[in-house]
Amino acid sequence: MTASARSMTGADTAPVLSVENLTVSVRTEDGLQPLVSGLTFVVGKGETLAIAGESGSGKSITSLAIMGLLPPPAVGVTGGSVRLGGTDLTTLSEAAMRRIRGDRIAMIFQEPMTSLNPVLTIGMQLAEAIRAHEPVSRGEAHKRALAALRQVLLSEPERRMIQYPHELSGGMRQRVMIAMALALRPEVLIADEPTTALDVTVQREVLDLLRDLQRDLGTAIILITHDMGVVAEMADRVIVMRAGQMVEEGGVGDIFARPQMPYTQALLAAVPRMGSTAARVAPKSDPIARLSDVQVRYDIHGGILGRVTARVHAVEHVSFDIHKGETFALVGESGCGKSTIAKAMVGLVPHEGRIEIAGQAVQGLAGAAQKALTRRVQIVFQDPMAALDPRMTVGNLVAEPLVIHGIGGAKERAADLMARVGLTAEQMDRYPHEFSGGQRQRICIARALALQPELIIADEAVSALDVSVQAQVLVLLKALKEEFGVAILFISHDMAVVDSISDRVGVMYLGQLVERGTRAQVFGNPLHPYTQRLIAAVPVPDPAHVRPEARRLGGEVPSPVHPVGQGPQRVVLRDAGDGHWVANALPG
Amino acid sequence: MATGVRMTDATVVSRSRPASAWRRLLRRKLAVFGLVLIAIVVVGAVFAPWIAPYAPEEQHFDGLTIEGAPLPPGGAYPMGTDLLGRDLFSRILFGARTSLIIGVVANGLALLIGTLVGITAGYFQGWIGAGLMRFTDLMMAFPALLLAICLAAIFEPSLWIVAMVIALVNWVQTARVIYTETTSLATRDFIAAERTMGAGTGRILFRHILPHLVPTIIVWGTLGISTTVLLEATLSFLGVGVQPPTPSWGNIIFENQTYFQSAPWLVFIPGAAVLLLALAFNLVGDALRDVLDPTQRGRG
Repeated sequence: MTASARSMTGADTAPVLSVENLTVSVRTEDGLQPLVSGLTFVVGKGETLAIAGESGSGKSITSLAIMGLLPPPAVGVTGGSVRLGGTDLTTLSEAAMRRIRGDRIAMIFQEPMTSLNPVLTIGMQLAEAIRAHEPVSRGEAHKRALAALRQVLLSEPERRMIQYPHELSGGMRQRVMIAMALALRPEVLIADEPTTALDVTVQREVLDLLRDLQRDLGTAIILITHDMGVVAEMADRVIVMRAGQMVEEGGVGDIFARPQMPYTQALLAAVPRMGSTAARVAPKSDPIARLSDVQVRYDIHGGILGRVTARVHAVEHVSFDIHKGETFALVGESGCGKSTIAKAMVGLVPHEGRIEIAGQAVQGLAGAAQKALTRRVQIVFQDPMAALDPRMTVGNLVAEPLVIHGIGGAKERAADLMARVGLTAEQMDRYPHEFSGGQRQRICIARALALQPELIIADEAVSALDVSVQAQVLVLLKALKEEFGVAILFISHDMAVVDSISDRVGVMYLGQLVERGTRAQVFGNPLHPYTQRLIAAVPVPDPAHVRPEARRLGGEVPSPVHPVGQGPQRVVLRDAGDGHWVANALPG
Repeated sequence: MATGVRMTDATVVSRSRPASAWRRLLRRKLAVFGLVLIAIVVVGAVFAPWIAPYAPEEQHFDGLTIEGAPLPPGGAYPMGTDLLGRDLFSRILFGARTSLIIGVVANGLALLIGTLVGITAGYFQGWIGAGLMRFTDLMMAFPALLLAICLAAIFEPSLWIVAMVIALVNWVQTARVIYTETTSLATRDFIAAERTMGAGTGRILFRHILPHLVPTIIVWGTLGISTTVLLEATLSFLGVGVQPPTPSWGNIIFENQTYFQSAPWLVFIPGAAVLLLALAFNLVGDALRDVLDPTQRGRG
């Protein structure tokens, strides 16, 4: 379906839900502080309205306000109305609201695991949700629950009914949530970041499913997301929000093709796009890190004697080099072993095989030699808040590696590093929680640079950041790489980000490398079916983009757990010419 | 030039931090109240020989009624007298010495042992952790009073032996709680980050894990004060604690509990002393926990 056709279907339908001049405020010591102010929009039958914005824009608060789920007593609706059909939801009592929730408006959340009760089976939860709103018998509710699971194309629906949430994968859990939300055929479905916690290939399946269900059921969808790619693929109309206010509203085609407001333009410019960076010729240089035949396995103990009964094969026979001054990206979905490789390289997990940093094997180092190695390789973690000791000032945090290594003038150097990553020396006596997410990640980068390492491992270092902040941090990383000549191992699940920063790329699946080559080779001419699938699954931030109809994969990623003595099938990389290596098969 | 200025700024900030924490503590009314209470007890204990109107062991002829009953508060004996005609106020003052040593020293020692065992077991895991924690479980399963009686029977009873015995009995719960917290702290990213920077084990344990345990230690420390003071009283009652006639708040309560109906002041006054001391430490501990936590700054 093209963009114009989608906009049309949205335009000529009567509004199901209309929000008028909605204001949500939080009560603080200084009086009422608005979180969302003067928001007005309508959603029609069968229409998808996307509310896009970065963290703190008020998009999730809006959805909670519609559902009447704002956390009392501090936060509440202080103005405006939310009309569903003829009723104003903001004036309803909690009891009346409970009847509407689930029945007429349903919601799915980002993290399905937290929305499902871990001690009840899937079938019980679905049946309970149905019986809460409709006076049907147990048997009837069970039948309807099963039908709902079939509708969301869950494999083996009968077995899923008697399984518990933890036995399902993230994608399967989100399908269950969708089944639960749609079982009662609500008029409006609010999807709050429904695919943010999912892998890109799973996201693709969930988005396809949502679109199909909407077409069949005519549900109006309010899609709340930070991902402009998802917006472009799903939405009929878009609202861009910032700091609690609507910045711009329009048809999806207009917003992407002719954004009026500077903020929308900046937001769209910051979105990483595949194929937007010109090919660079990677400088030929000596390897700084060399991995050969690296394996990481975790033992699973079982039985009375606690013997090893099975092993998690997290990383299997991985080999690659990282050259001085280049950015090597490892890309793959969750559980593929990319972060485990990072941990093995800095000695946080033991490995088999050989990892060399600047000619020195990582394994078996102790004391001074291990400490010396930390000067050559540093790591930046995904969540900067978790990676910074909350009880230390930022100045001390940045100076910490210098103090550990007994390098003089730590305070001075820390101040210089702070300036280098765009922070000021005055901020050094503040604590991490006083900074924004992007600033915290800059602090982590400053700390990683303090020892002037030859290799920085960035483990999902920009994944937790808003797009505009992400773009700034990527620019910073590129600049620092030029300035200090440091090599970067960039680990990410985000194909578009990898495409914008890397010189060479390795694609991982189930603990093994399936493709390796320069960025141009891997993205321009992906040879392995898994790489092709990954690239095809990435949402393209362009509503006019027509995605080639891909084969839908119903299956789940196989488990990396194998009994002792058995292992995954090993894949062999063959040379496809000019440093482009491709696996002969899919590991499994 | 600019660097020099920055330098001094940073130095001033890091130096002024403990001072400002102290000042922030003094800004809390309840904390000041607690501090004053503690100060009163400490001054009373230290200067007991000068403040106390009588010697604590002295039995007064006029300290009992004609029928031989103790005197209620008032008159020559501000807190009344006990069954043997001794001045309760003097006994409370001298008893504060014993109870402070038990409540602060014994309890502090128990916290120290508990923290060290818990942090070591929690960080190193493996056979060290398993061994230490099984030993802790064993100690937990063993009746504390029986153990205290055994230890007290082996050593000649004296105040310091009693303090040691109490410390050896009371570290167990602290160790358990600290162990659990350390295991979760040890898996946090910022600890992994420290390790990748080449920080040694000692630095990680004492500079990065220990500060996060401070709230727990404070809570267990303040809770421990009343339990240790009363444990000492139990031991005294069983004859293996502080030997009479040396007064302690605990043994004053125990000596007189059977006369609770006829002479309630003999139980209420030392009881209130224990309560107030525990409360005082609790208030200060609570405030200290908030003041030391940078994320709490500016709240409340």
